[in-house]
Amino acid sequence: MRHIISIKEFEKGEIDALLDRARAIDAGDYDRHALEDKILGVLFFEPSTRTRMSFEAAMARLGGSSIDMGGVEVSSVVKGETLADTVRVVSGYADAIVLRHPKEGAARLATEFSSVPVINAGDGAGQHPSQTLIDLYTIRQAMPLDGIDVGLLGDLRYGRTAHSLAYALTNYDVTIHTLAPEGLEMPPNVIGNLRDRGVEVVEHTDIAEFARGLDVMYVTRIQRERFPDTASYYAVASSYRVTPDLLAGARTRMIILHPLPRVDEIDPRVDALPHARYFQQARNGIPIRMALLLEVMG
Amino acid sequence: MNETPKSLQISPIRNGTVIDHIPAGEAFNVLRILGITRATTDTLSIATNVASGKAGRKDIVKIENRELKKEEVDRIALIAPQATINIIRNYLVFDKKGVQIPKLLHGVVRCPNPGCISNTNEPIQSRFEVTEKGLHCLYCDWYLTEDIAGHII
Repeated sequence: MRHIISIKEFEKGEIDALLDRARAIDAGDYDRHALEDKILGVLFFEPSTRTRMSFEAAMARLGGSSIDMGGVEVSSVVKGETLADTVRVVSGYADAIVLRHPKEGAARLATEFSSVPVINAGDGAGQHPSQTLIDLYTIRQAMPLDGIDVGLLGDLRYGRTAHSLAYALTNYDVTIHTLAPEGLEMPPNVIGNLRDRGVEVVEHTDIAEFARGLDVMYVTRIQRERFPDTASYYAVASSYRVTPDLLAGARTRMIILHPLPRVDEIDPRVDALPHARYFQQARNGIPIRMALLLEVMG
Repeated sequence: MNETPKSLQISPIRNGTVIDHIPAGEAFNVLRILGITRATTDTLSIATNVASGKAGRKDIVKIENRELKKEEVDRIALIAPQATINIIRNYLVFDKKGVQIPKLLHGVVRCPNPGCISNTNEPIQSRFEVTEKGLHCLYCDWYLTEDIAGHII
């Protein structure tokens, strides 16, 4: 039984195979009835519009169906049921479980109590492997994953998508550049781990210099809930913004990714530039999640 | 002659355990691990900052009428990896062994990450692997590198 919990568990060959499979799906090369008899249990303990909808859409496109527990407020969670019990029960109803949970390690716990495959759709500030595969897939649509400069911009302290992408990129020949507001820098232990894996990490303080040397700019949102008050949030949130002016000196092939939702870290005028790939990135959630569903249930 | 006269610094026990070669200052953490946080009816002897040929200074704990469980020895190993456990029966050393930090720790250490699922009411025990970088939480991926004694359950 295959669980999908952390991108760190994937070897390069497995990542490449999944991306290839997603590309074939994207081209229409898949069986629309492949999961006709299968049911996906959708356990989302916190809101996530895109991840939830794209998993459900991916399941539907493969002929399968989904069941969910409704919002947390109308589920047995309000009665005090543990995640372990919820997973045990739902794994009796469904052929696979996709789990989103606010606590880190929740997906790992779920694998201990589930009799069906578990796909981690984000647990706390921990892992979100399908998002990372989407990021890699979107980069690979534009350029090879080897020999590129990838910049990570934004909340690099708490942002799980940036950490996961960085770890995944250690499978390739890349240079990672970082730029974060003060106090939200990439944790030293993460940088140390990346360097241990043979990746060059360059930490920047100047956004113009940062933007000039990149093939990929991965922008993340500053999360308001991390700050004690609105004023301190805005002091940091306004410290960077990707604008057409900033991109004037960027490499021609440079692409901008963002896991969305964005707030004001990317100027809407950037949407019309050829660099902007974040909506395409969101669309890529479907073939990637179809590939993952086939991986665990096909 | 200016030598300190040789004498027993703490009295021998008839039956029980002597934990020797504890790093100086860690004896009270050893007691905490053993759940001895207040007065006990059994004889308990603690010696701290005892001169030691190997380590310079060490602590010793003697507990009457108690032999340690494996889980207790695993916990002690985390803060006193050089410790020796002497099982005493009728005033004689019946068994003497070192401690060894296990590769996996189940329910021994509390994860320092407040957002970790192991810090909730789920029916699981904490689970750590022992690595060169520190104790690695197998649920949330955090590393515990400092104040391990303060996180022992």
